[in-house]
Amino acid sequence: MVQAIVREEQQTKQEMKVLQNQPRENVYETNNLNLWYGDKHALKDINLNIQENNVTAIIGPSGCGKSTYLKTLNRMVELVPSVRTTGEINYRQRNILDKGYSVEELRTKVGMVFQKPNPFPKSIYDNIAYGPRIHGIKNKKVLDQIVEQSLRGAAIWDEVKDRLHDNAYGLSGGQQQRICIARCLAIEPDVILMDEPTSALDPISTLKVEELVQELKENYSIIIVTHNMQQAARISDKTAFFLNGEVIEFDATDKIFSNPSDKRTEDYVSGRFG
Amino acid sequence: MVSQKREKSLDVQQMIADKKNKGLGRKAEKLVPTILFITAAVSVLTTIGIVFTLIFETIEFFRRVSFWEYITGTEWLPFAGEPSYGILPLVLGTLKVTGIAIVVAVPLGLAVAIYLSEFASDKVRRVIKPILEVLAGVPTIVYGFFALTFVTPMLQKIFPSLEIFNALSPGLIIGLMILPTIASLSEDALSSVPNAMREGALGLGSTKLEVALKIILPAALSGVLASVVLAMSRAIGETMIVSLAGGSTPLFNFDVTGSIQTMTAYIVQVSTGDAGYGTTIYYSIYAVGFTLFIFTLIMNLIASWISKRFREEY
Ligand SMILES: Nc1ncnc2c1ncn2[C@@H]1O[C@H](COP(=O)(O)OP(=O)(O)OP(=O)(O)O)[C@@H](O)[C@H]1O
Ligand SMILES: [Mg+2]
Repeated sequence: MVQAIVREEQQTKQEMKVLQNQPRENVYETNNLNLWYGDKHALKDINLNIQENNVTAIIGPSGCGKSTYLKTLNRMVELVPSVRTTGEINYRQRNILDKGYSVEELRTKVGMVFQKPNPFPKSIYDNIAYGPRIHGIKNKKVLDQIVEQSLRGAAIWDEVKDRLHDNAYGLSGGQQQRICIARCLAIEPDVILMDEPTSALDPISTLKVEELVQELKENYSIIIVTHNMQQAARISDKTAFFLNGEVIEFDATDKIFSNPSDKRTEDYVSGRFG
Repeated sequence: MVSQKREKSLDVQQMIADKKNKGLGRKAEKLVPTILFITAAVSVLTTIGIVFTLIFETIEFFRRVSFWEYITGTEWLPFAGEPSYGILPLVLGTLKVTGIAIVVAVPLGLAVAIYLSEFASDKVRRVIKPILEVLAGVPTIVYGFFALTFVTPMLQKIFPSLEIFNALSPGLIIGLMILPTIASLSEDALSSVPNAMREGALGLGSTKLEVALKIILPAALSGVLASVVLAMSRAIGETMIVSLAGGSTPLFNFDVTGSIQTMTAYIVQVSTGDAGYGTTIYYSIYAVGFTLFIFTLIMNLIASWISKRFREEY
């Protein structure tokens, strides 16, 4: 609830900025980020600024470090014991790589949707209510409201409203993925990270998720990793092209796909390698 | 178009065909299932034999003693001048010991399992798990002596009214004995929950403890409960520890500081004594054994009900 009020403030600020034609604020500023898995240098001198209320796409061939970068943004990458990082990532002007930064606090603000739908083995209702509950919201009426609002937000309310207490594993893959998005919306994050969220889905479910992303960007900043070039072109405002752990080019999506400045970007987006 | 066969140094298809025609493979293909069937049949027949012996001798017992007296009687005095065969004191002895053991083993075993699966580093896990498995293999007579000669005297310092033979000390030690079973099997169940569940929950800002208690434990519930039921049936069937440290006084009360007798301990007492073949006392051990069998059967039914009811869905 508090987050909603904060967001409203942010939104009005945002509207004013649009009116005054000011640039949007950065949610993330990455400065000289390097990351190693043991000896493997997976991210090399990354410098990227990600704007709020935008969809930012990350593209690049397999193994170039897209997932690694995304997981660094909510520090999920630390689950791998051998990981070491240098440099800084400022999220809303605070360096999340600081030892003192609470990961729980960060992940409450920065939600994540994974490649394979991973609902909890619980009812649909309990899946959505899980986040609010662990953050202390216990009131049944409030939870009911959050669950409905989140499921509507993820464009799946009509499909599941009569079976909220059935196990989420009874749903199709595409529905499960939207449940995972709803689960993420339930704590009203600021940023949503998506790692190839449609790669396990059929074309119709994919379309639904893509439409959803378009709607969500009104209220959220979205960073999405995708292997699907058309998808990046369709839904994103800005695109970063990664290659071998480096950012080769980062620009407006139109520019990346129609008139890239780097030869390697051009080769990749035109399908000549990767 | 490939019109000509490639020049090959190895013809794999030819080798496969040669191998197939070699007689041994064929014969083994037919012989092995037969051998396996015979092995399975022998063990099933043995089990059936045991159960039937149990049933026949039990029927003989109930020709002499009323079934109603047996299951409702509160006095077990087979050696008295006027013997009385009420099973309840023995059942109560077993339940007291099992209850104490479960109260000790479930919380500790679960704590160990959660620690190992969710918090310990790989290194720690690799050291502790084998230790647990060794602990589970210590002969129960060692535990029995430990209960009688170490735990009871120590408990007597705390509770001076504790008798030499009592339910508390063997209960605690059986708890210690079944703890590794619960810890190890529950750890298996917890760590087989896919990592995607942990990532999903951590990604919503959960702490590791919240993930463990609210996501992983419920997801692994069937395995965890099954480990508890298995541990319980081991506690019910445990013999050496209660024979050594529990005593041989079947009493119908809820006191855990005094001497007791469990079903298993009674069977040991009669089997090692000199009750003659054909006496009522001789048949009574079959009736008690059959009762024990019923208890274990119920445990197994509960276990299979649990694994159906709480099937993992992920
Ligand atoms: N847990 C890990 N331990 C060691 N190396 C890893 C680990 N995870 C990833 N890597 C390595 O880091 C590099 C980047 O991996 P990452 O998963 O970020 O690639 P990606 O761009 O997401 O690829 P894909 O498109 O296939 O998902 C790869 O070379 C990979 O082998
Ligand atoms: Mg990836």
